[in-house]
Amino acid sequence: MKKVSLLNLFLTFMKIGAFSFGGGYAMLPILSRELVEKRGWTCDDDLNDYYAIGQCTPGVIAVNVSTFIGNKLRGVIGGIVATFGMIFVPTILLLIIAIFLTRFAENPYVKDALAGISACVCVLILNAVIKMWKKSVVDLPSFCLFLIALICCVLLWFLPFSVSPVILVIAGAIAGIFVQKAKSGGKRK
Amino acid sequence: MIYLRLFYEFFKVGLFSVGGGMATIPFLQDISERLNWFTTSELSDMIAVSESTPGPIGVNMATFAGYKTAFSIFHNQFAGILGGIVATLGLIAPAIVVIMLVAKALKKFSDNKYVKGAMYGLRAVSMALIAYAGLGVMKITLININAFSKSGNLTDLFVFKTIILAILIFVLQKIFKKIHPIVFIIASAGVGIVFNFS
Repeated sequence: MKKVSLLNLFLTFMKIGAFSFGGGYAMLPILSRELVEKRGWTCDDDLNDYYAIGQCTPGVIAVNVSTFIGNKLRGVIGGIVATFGMIFVPTILLLIIAIFLTRFAENPYVKDALAGISACVCVLILNAVIKMWKKSVVDLPSFCLFLIALICCVLLWFLPFSVSPVILVIAGAIAGIFVQKAKSGGKRK
Repeated sequence: MIYLRLFYEFFKVGLFSVGGGMATIPFLQDISERLNWFTTSELSDMIAVSESTPGPIGVNMATFAGYKTAFSIFHNQFAGILGGIVATLGLIAPAIVVIMLVAKALKKFSDNKYVKGAMYGLRAVSMALIAYAGLGVMKITLININAFSKSGNLTDLFVFKTIILAILIFVLQKIFKKIHPIVFIIASAGVGIVFNFS
């Protein structure tokens, strides 16, 4: 694979960052289109793993995933450049809004546009789920893990206090180790 | 030095908020109570703006809060801009360092059976968290529980305009696979404005 230039890396992530509405999850189809299909910089399997790890390490998921990909392509500098590209447009936009538009979020046009975008975000996340499903839920034990985690998440809606998803993620990792161990143990017999 | 303090405070937010932008909010609440850099009502303004602009919500919040803090101290826009940038850098610094280390370790130990097992479990749970985030967005955007509980009328429960648009986007992008997701985002913003979605 040809070496990716840092400028190219920055501009690509700048484009992705400028359209990342609705948080890190809705960003996945855009990442997949730009990085896997158009540029071949990474594969869906790796993206999948970056998301899995990005959820249990400190920091915002979109930043974690950008650092991962940049780091894979061009090392430490690449990770930093990709992350700066990702946050470039949002940061400038936020500063402009902070200086000039004090009532930005109440503007009726902004509200209408966002209500429209939120319909799109639903579809983007749904697509992310469909895309990752085959690679993440590969057999019955992993389906059980998925189901248990999802039920736990939904139950959290009804709890009066908040529980960090990190606990679920760590529990999932530990359960994964046991499942794999049980599997290889079963084979030996 | 207020900038050092800003960097330090947001570094802590970045270090301890695991699992996405919304996880930063309790930490920002803590800053607001402890340091009086911004009020709780300013904080809810920040959340609204951060959600209505592109970019990770946590990063947006840091930029906005950093600007407000430095501006309120120096009453100078350039000081505010510098504050916004410093706070943002503070927020992302721990994530960058941790990910670099994890990436290195992952490369080295990717064949280890414990790492493999952990990744197997992580993927399944990560999938559940994404599906859950999707359900959360759908709950907010496609149904209106408030209107339903007020009128008791089942037709008030569903936000038909948004549901129709979502189905339309889903079908269109299945048919025209070449169309970039960004095009759908821009188009849906346009549809929202033309048909008064909010």
